[in-house]
Amino acid sequence: MNYNWNWGIFFQPNPMGTGTYLDMLLSGLALTLKTAALAWIIALITGSIVGVMRTLPSKGANWFGFLYVEFFRNMPLLVQLFLWFFVLPELLPKGAGTWLKQLPNAPFWTAAIGVGFFMSARVAVQLQAGISSLPRGQRMAATALGLTTVQGYRYVLLPMAFRIILPPLTSEFLNTIKNTAVAITIGLLELTGQARSMQEFSFQVFEAFTAATILYLLVNAVVVTAMRFLERWVAIPGYITGK
Amino acid sequence: MLGNFDFDVIRRALPYLFYEGMTFTLTLTGLAALGGLIFGTALALMRLSGLKLLGRIAGIYVDFMRSLPLVLVIFWFYFLVPYIGQWLTGASRPISVGAFASSLITFIMFEAAYFSEIMRAGIQSISRGQPAAASALGLTYAQTMRYVVLPQAFRNMLPVLITQTIVLFQDTSLVYVLSITDFLGAASKVAQRDGRLVEMYLFAAVVYFTISCIASFGVRRLQARIAIIR
Repeated sequence: MNYNWNWGIFFQPNPMGTGTYLDMLLSGLALTLKTAALAWIIALITGSIVGVMRTLPSKGANWFGFLYVEFFRNMPLLVQLFLWFFVLPELLPKGAGTWLKQLPNAPFWTAAIGVGFFMSARVAVQLQAGISSLPRGQRMAATALGLTTVQGYRYVLLPMAFRIILPPLTSEFLNTIKNTAVAITIGLLELTGQARSMQEFSFQVFEAFTAATILYLLVNAVVVTAMRFLERWVAIPGYITGK
Repeated sequence: MLGNFDFDVIRRALPYLFYEGMTFTLTLTGLAALGGLIFGTALALMRLSGLKLLGRIAGIYVDFMRSLPLVLVIFWFYFLVPYIGQWLTGASRPISVGAFASSLITFIMFEAAYFSEIMRAGIQSISRGQPAAASALGLTYAQTMRYVVLPQAFRNMLPVLITQTIVLFQDTSLVYVLSITDFLGAASKVAQRDGRLVEMYLFAAVVYFTISCIASFGVRRLQARIAIIR
């Protein structure tokens, strides 16, 4: 292979004047994590609401949940980001559209919202599966105890369902982190984006992508380990994974 | 606002969008699904082979691919494939690989990790008695897999495999980062040429949505038909 390896490149100053190339990649990593965190908050909140709606004893709520999930699941994430970024400001009334376009950090907010809603459909499906995996008797027992629907969900169904779906939620969280890389297309300089621009500036393509790969693997390992602890901590006694 | 929505832009772009763009997207999806399934099945067999080293290698490959974003993998292969080609053919300089070949290799290698997990679950869903009966009949390992285990595993997992292919169909839009003219790439080129982002992106969204919806509706019908054979 006639490729000029140069691992020292990471400690050379980058052309943006923001320190070394390594600093560039690390700032990308920070942005990846920030975007993923905000997206995950959006995904958890809206996904939980929609997931609950799909299990409510109400036809209308079920239908809304069904349509919501189908809407966000059947379009590529990239297309959804384009819709949020390029199309939405044009469809809004003039003032609001201009305000959106001139928003500082527009790629960041768009990426967080776009990835967040995209993932929320997946969270909703997981939560629905978790709730319907509970024995029917639990819902009935809650009603028999005189709990309202809200109380039944709050005190009986959701605490169980969330703990059951913790492992799939972990992989959805990892997917959220990975999906932020798609935002490179709307100009977000997250980890993949920074690796790409490092490659364009320095021509050290394999060093740049190797570093990004290692950082992604590290993040993965940290999240998986942390979630293992969380799983053990909240495990339900009596279940296979329980204490 | 939608007041000056121009349907004519879409109508004029239709041949380009579908003959160039959608053909690329569908060919890539089909071939990548086929290649990914074959390679993925091989990985699954490696993991379940009982040979420790082979299983470890396959496991590491699958975990590695699944912890990276697809966009990064696309970039990796885009730059790496010319060098691998040079190494394989012994050429004096990195060979040039077309956009299609490069993205096809990427998606086969990437999707194989996901298909292998599906096939692994499928193989493990076959009851132990079946391979035992096969070896009692005198079938070799290869014959057991070929005639007994894999056909059933494939059938049991067909809905999941198709669902994964729908995800793959949507993910092929990410070749956009290499400025390739897939369906979305074509839409985006027209959008930028004519300054009609709203029309083209909305139309692309509708097309992706419709195809994925019809396909997942088909999966649901299929699931209802082939469920509970046991």
